[in-house]
Amino acid sequence: MKLHNATDRIEKEIVLRAPRSRVWRALANAEEFGAWFGMKLEGTFAPGGRVHGQITLPGHGQVTIEMAIERMDPESRMSYRWHPYAVESSVDYSSEPTTLVEFQLEEVAEGTRLTVVESGFDRIPLARRAEALRMNDAGWAEELENIARHVAS
Amino acid sequence: MSLHSAGWREVSRAAPVFAALGDETRLALVARLSSEGPLSITRLTAGSAVTRQAITKHLDVLATAGLVSDVWRGRERIWELELEQMEAARTYLEHVSKRWDEALDRLKKFVEK
Repeated sequence: MKLHNATDRIEKEIVLRAPRSRVWRALANAEEFGAWFGMKLEGTFAPGGRVHGQITLPGHGQVTIEMAIERMDPESRMSYRWHPYAVESSVDYSSEPTTLVEFQLEEVAEGTRLTVVESGFDRIPLARRAEALRMNDAGWAEELENIARHVAS
Repeated sequence: MSLHSAGWREVSRAAPVFAALGDETRLALVARLSSEGPLSITRLTAGSAVTRQAITKHLDVLATAGLVSDVWRGRERIWELELEQMEAARTYLEHVSKRWDEALDRLKKFVEK
């Protein structure tokens, strides 16, 4: 369904000049995952397990992240569910539907091809999606203020 | 406790949108209005196994959720998508998409160093 696809999923593909084992470690090791994603994660990734953390990217405030791990197929596939754009610390997202994030690794001549698919956005209430956008704009405004303060001091 | 009930209120408020999109017939109606633009109830019912009355009921559910609206043109009710809501959904996905681009850029630097 056209409309469904247009708003329900995101698909990304990137070729990384690194062996598959290296890319896998950057995904499968919670500490490494957090380092590049911008989260401070506690715990280890295991199928059926949950990992909690805090977003460390600028402009996010105190936002708690919860990842429910589904698949961990070494050097091949990893998937988890989470609340996308759970940006407002005063909102309890736990009873809302989650999106599914799937990573797939493939060996190519240049290194590793990584595919990321995040799907299930159409299950997220529209009101929540609109709100996330407003929060996002607010986050950037805050960030610009921080920069302005930094360069002025 | 107060946080939880605030969250719950939010969920309750968004519940109609949920229910609205969680039905095949309604999703199909939204898809048709999206690709063909505003349509009369006659056009929406034509070629469908579902009765006009049932389609109207589905459209009313979508209207309650703020996803579609109707205007009377002569003796016909014309239904159309509330594009603002749909636009919000699309813009939202663009933002999430951009966030992934940035994250994957950081991953690239992380594993290639």
